[in-house]
Amino acid sequence: MPSADEADLRGSETTRQSVDPSELDSAFATGVFTGTGAPREAALAALHERLLRIARSELHRRSGHDRITGPELDDLAHQSADDALLAILAKLGQFRGESRFTTWAYGFVILEVSTKLGRHFWRRPTTVLDAAGWDQIPDRFGRQPEEHALHSDLLAAIRRAIEEDLTPRQRQVFVAIAINQVPLDALVDRLGSNRNALYKTMFDARRKLRAVLAAHGYLSAEQPDPATTTGVRRS
Amino acid sequence: MRGWAELERFLQTDPRDVGCEQALHVMHVYVELLLDDATGAEAIRRFPGVAAHLAACDPCAEDFEGLRLAVRADESAGT
Repeated sequence: MPSADEADLRGSETTRQSVDPSELDSAFATGVFTGTGAPREAALAALHERLLRIARSELHRRSGHDRITGPELDDLAHQSADDALLAILAKLGQFRGESRFTTWAYGFVILEVSTKLGRHFWRRPTTVLDAAGWDQIPDRFGRQPEEHALHSDLLAAIRRAIEEDLTPRQRQVFVAIAINQVPLDALVDRLGSNRNALYKTMFDARRKLRAVLAAHGYLSAEQPDPATTTGVRRS
Repeated sequence: MRGWAELERFLQTDPRDVGCEQALHVMHVYVELLLDDATGAEAIRRFPGVAAHLAACDPCAEDFEGLRLAVRADESAGT
């Protein structure tokens, strides 16, 4: 039985999908997208329709965090599909045929949805970027309230390590993401950076904090073996 | 207990982690491998650094899952 997300992508009986993905793959293979005239326009319209459907579904799937519905969701879906189509056309020559054309193309609209949601995050009036919510550290890492006192020394060590051992940039990124729980894509939007750069900053901060806490005996010196999984959640 | 298990997990880093840019560059290939092999063994074998990255980066894992759902919907619609 398909999941609710898959059913949404496939369309209900009343909104049946009108674009056959295999026709988009064929259109690419026969050079329609790089051609001219009516066949190209029809293929672009068909691809845009498919991108729009995926954007709507993806926004719906992720809207639990952001409570985006109705016209606002539809507007973000159109923006995502429009920008994805432009990006696809700009990078058409870079596609090397390692997957189906549609799989490659759909990736662009997925990334556009992430970018739009990152920007949308700042519409929340309560989000503060630079104020560290130190009191949230125990909750952030799963500690029950009655156990807080037993680990106050560890809490102090974490705070001290964040303040004294991280660079200003690492501290800014770590506090925003790990303490204040700002989504990475929202921080990318606010700082005018990119996902890879901020992830790398966060990666280095995590590694440094772990080393400091291990050196003081709060964590084991050896890292456990990383789990071997695909890393993709299955719904 | 010497530390918080969740903190330990959060601060854990994998040297094989390729980062967001390289992971997203092969997202379409990785997702098709996942769809071809439900165990994910071939995806992990070919792209261990991507698997390591996705285990630590929620935004990228979310993107990969979104693409997997989109492609699987195509396949379901075609059957």
